[in-house]
Amino acid sequence: MSGLQNNPQPRPLTPEEAQRRRKRSLAIAAVLFTLVAIFYVLTIAKLGPQVLNRPL
Amino acid sequence: MTSLSNSLSADAEPQPVTMAVGGEVSDFFALLKPRVMVLVIFTALVGMAVSNVHIQPVVGTISLLMIAVGAGASGCLNMWWDADIDAVMTRTAKRPIPDGRIQPGEALAFGIVLSVGSVLVLGLASNWLAAGLLAFTIVFYAVFYSMWLKRATPQNIVIGGAAGALPPIIGQAVVTGSVGIESIVLFLIIFIWTPPHFWALALIKSGEYAKAGIPMMPNVAGPQSTRRQIIYYSLVLFPVGLAPVFLGFGGLLYGLTALLGGLGMLAFSVHVFRNREGEAERKAALGMFGFSILYLFLLFSALLAEHSLGLLRTVIA
Repeated sequence: MSGLQNNPQPRPLTPEEAQRRRKRSLAIAAVLFTLVAIFYVLTIAKLGPQVLNRPL
Repeated sequence: MTSLSNSLSADAEPQPVTMAVGGEVSDFFALLKPRVMVLVIFTALVGMAVSNVHIQPVVGTISLLMIAVGAGASGCLNMWWDADIDAVMTRTAKRPIPDGRIQPGEALAFGIVLSVGSVLVLGLASNWLAAGLLAFTIVFYAVFYSMWLKRATPQNIVIGGAAGALPPIIGQAVVTGSVGIESIVLFLIIFIWTPPHFWALALIKSGEYAKAGIPMMPNVAGPQSTRRQIIYYSLVLFPVGLAPVFLGFGGLLYGLTALLGGLGMLAFSVHVFRNREGEAERKAALGMFGFSILYLFLLFSALLAEHSLGLLRTVIA
């Protein structure tokens, strides 16, 4: 326990660093969203309208 | 352990830890060498166009994007590996890693994730031949060229130029599922164009390369030998540039462009050979460097125009 208590604390981020981190997080979110969109659009494009034309 | 903890708690206040907080989004983008990505998109697009095979536009666009991301990833891995020599050269010292804006580990992880991701998505979007070729290109550039060739031999950019020449082949593989003579010829054009293009720059930056310990041709064989080799490569480039005309996939517009452009490359290479001192040498080398970019751009633009706008009028029946 005493070891944990004595662990050095992370330095708080400066406003500029926090802003950079926020921008990086938004960029990662945008990339993930793009990936989802790519897989969705690709699936539709590859399957085409024939996906609905099948025996039930 | 207890005594160490006690002594710490007794003697010292907890100190703040300096964290690596990472760079701007633009710094990560810079790692991808965006200008190279644009060139890769362009040459891969021409590789697709000369195949004359229809491709679903969404599939084609996503495939092109993945080829560009893969090229960017290999550029990122190159910057990670070369950070030590980038720091020494003025032209590259402000890159994100040597400038301290991005940690090497961050760049390595970024490059690996993008490499794997781009290859997988390209495979799913088009076919696994194209994905395999992209994977080969990344490994060739990031491992074979960056980690070995670049620091080992003055033929570094000759052999390494193959990586930059592969995008048209990947483009054709995307649309046809195979590799044909058209994209192989485009590969050869870029491959033979690369040495005179880079050596023109190396002639005026030889001091920087020497400082970084990179065995570029002017540093190893000397400027005079390099100038001679620039002429030899420009001589070989002339007929290779005209090959699409004789093979029937380059028309009149392309033929004229290749003819005049090839003569221009030869003229500039002779100009570089004749001007060996001071400012005249610098101007001649920069002229060759600039014209070589224009030459390749015009050649590929002519092919793209002929194949995508229906302007193809074959010279050889």
